[in-house]
Amino acid sequence: MRPSPISQLRLLVPIKRCIDYAVKIRVNGSQTGVDTNVKHSMNPFDEIAVEEAIRLRERLKDQVKSIKVVTIGPAKAVETLRTALAMGADSAIHVEVPETLVPEPIGVAKTLRAIIEQEGGVDMVIMGKQAIDDDAGQTGQMLAGLLSWPQATFASKIDVQADLKSIEVTREIDGGLENMKCRLPAIITTDLRLNEPRYASLPNIMKAKKKPIQKLTPADLKIDLAPRLETLKVTEPPKRQGGGRVDNVVELIEKLRVAGIVAS
Amino acid sequence: MLTILRQNIWRVAKRDFSRAWAHTSSVHSVNEQDVEHFTKILSSPSSVISTLSPSFSSSSDLENFNADWMGKYKGHATTVLKPRTTEEVSKILKYCWERQIHVVPQGGNTGLVGGSVPIQDELVISLSNLSKVRSFDPVSGILVADAGCVLESLSEHIAPHGFIMPLDLGAKGSCQIGGNVATNAGGLRLLRYGSLHGTVLGLEVVLPDGTVLDQLSTMRKDNTGYDLKQLFIGSEGTIGIITGVSILTPPAPKSTNNVVLALPSFSNVIPVFKATRQHLSEVLSAFEYFDRTAYDLALKHGHAAPFPAEEVEGAECYVLLETSGGKKEHDDEKINTLLETILSDEDSLILTGTLSQSPSQFASLWAIREGLTEAVSKEGKAYKYDISVPVSSFAEVVGTVRARCEEKGLISRGLVKHVIGYGHVGDGNLHLNVIATEYNDEVAQTLEPFVYEVVASHRGSISAEHGIGVMKTHALKYSKDAISRQWMRKIKDLFDSKGIMNPGKVLE
Repeated sequence: MRPSPISQLRLLVPIKRCIDYAVKIRVNGSQTGVDTNVKHSMNPFDEIAVEEAIRLRERLKDQVKSIKVVTIGPAKAVETLRTALAMGADSAIHVEVPETLVPEPIGVAKTLRAIIEQEGGVDMVIMGKQAIDDDAGQTGQMLAGLLSWPQATFASKIDVQADLKSIEVTREIDGGLENMKCRLPAIITTDLRLNEPRYASLPNIMKAKKKPIQKLTPADLKIDLAPRLETLKVTEPPKRQGGGRVDNVVELIEKLRVAGIVAS
Repeated sequence: MLTILRQNIWRVAKRDFSRAWAHTSSVHSVNEQDVEHFTKILSSPSSVISTLSPSFSSSSDLENFNADWMGKYKGHATTVLKPRTTEEVSKILKYCWERQIHVVPQGGNTGLVGGSVPIQDELVISLSNLSKVRSFDPVSGILVADAGCVLESLSEHIAPHGFIMPLDLGAKGSCQIGGNVATNAGGLRLLRYGSLHGTVLGLEVVLPDGTVLDQLSTMRKDNTGYDLKQLFIGSEGTIGIITGVSILTPPAPKSTNNVVLALPSFSNVIPVFKATRQHLSEVLSAFEYFDRTAYDLALKHGHAAPFPAEEVEGAECYVLLETSGGKKEHDDEKINTLLETILSDEDSLILTGTLSQSPSQFASLWAIREGLTEAVSKEGKAYKYDISVPVSSFAEVVGTVRARCEEKGLISRGLVKHVIGYGHVGDGNLHLNVIATEYNDEVAQTLEPFVYEVVASHRGSISAEHGIGVMKTHALKYSKDAISRQWMRKIKDLFDSKGIMNPGKVLE
């Protein structure tokens, strides 16, 4: 599958377009989901994954042959790909799905497997540990299972060994840090403290407009993304009852008495 | 050591103040009978905070009312009143008018020129408890609110209806709309939505003798003689207390974006500004400027750098521009054309720049500019000059003042740490900040009236948006000639013949 011995790494970074974390989430009128007619941006954990891929290239120079980003999403997800390209990725794949279709982790993992098999020779998949919209946190692990590759989840530090055949990954766990080593190819999922993503510079934003984006459909990859789960209803958490102000202690005690908290 | 320092500051402060204003014999300090009376006329006992009997609050309860947030101005008020209604404000003023008690109206106390703190022992009237939204019309966008409503909470109130406040300030979390109007606050949206003289439709004001002047109009057009409300906008509490505000709010833009550009030289600001106005036209909503030292201070005090250090090496200054429009694709296309023009310019107008890629990046980029005031206050004690001068002289003015500080040895002796400039290019408004280790007589004398003379030589304004307060009364002459000052005095006397309102502020 992978040419051996490897002298150059090919990185694949799957990213997702999510509702931006600064947006206040509201349930839609029909209670089938949340209002998506709001500002979107790249899932913050995926942004960290893109940043890490670029930093690996900055460290390893020519030893990183390519950084390819991939997204599965509606037409507007192209903007998210452009952001990743502006940060420094080389090329992109867009698996376009209708806006109404929200793929589930297993569907996404199978799509990614199909892409990796089609591409051939991916050495490292770096992706967010979870997306901030559904918080499933499953795709990386499922992909590792489907491919039978090693996985290093919730990475807070990544070191590639000099021979480019294995990596050392640090994970933050209860009570300390866990260091693990695994051979390539492997799946890495990123934790919050791995890095701080950069701002895309204007010259790079301009260059990104000319970088190639390959369009695919689930049918091209022979994947069925139909959801297996059925959402019955989405509701907002109950509203917190606001407190009131009292002018003096007497009034406070009276209120507490009425509420039955203090004896009269 | 600290005590000595503090005493020194006090001495300086006192000298400053007494020059501006002194008690005249006919004026009364608040006494215990007065406090008792206030307790009677106010509905809630918590509305009276006083160190005098029968209330007995400790003087630390009054600290926040007696000093400004920078710790630069300090008064000795014994009593603070927090009325809950316009009627209560009226009762208080009627009493003070009869007793000739001096009063200082106070909103969020976020001012920069000492306008909202007492000079001696004036009575402080805080509007914080007047904090109800009276009405909002989601069709016209006209908001009527009590003066004590915090700017940010008003923004939150109207946001679900798709409207925004026509002004935005760094202090939005504490400042109050009444104070905003009384000081004619400018801020970050002025370029787009104009000044409060245009957006305020009506005011409810309690006059010094307690009369309520009800001009709380909700009409956009009302051409019926003298427009009295305009007199109160920017009057800084010297002719009455604003208790209610009617203000026109614009629809919230559907799409916003921002760009920060690093410029190799100050002389590039004007060509970039020209190109920006030409290409962005109606969607341009802010064009802000900050010099290199200001940017470095923002990073030093906690902001993540938007650019790698090596990319902005040699940058003399930065500009932040913001677009607000109705359609993202339309705005993006305009920004794109602008950026292509700037990047392809042979004179290489910019070193580098960034375009925000998400709402969070948008907020972080703004935070650099908006956080400058806070960064400055963490760095030291700031002498703040808020001036209007031609944009082309921004850097020159900062350079002249820095040279003056060097010449007087203030920098080599560590008295002055930095001289920085930032501000609103779109409005020709420069914030010149001299950051000193401590407030100090020698620094003050080096800067004043020097700075004002520099401003006057550019035919600028000594206060573009901060007002006059107590800080600049003596410098008013650099922006207003004798005849103007004479008529300002006549207006003050007309409303407040006894001189009880915010004495020592605006006019000497």
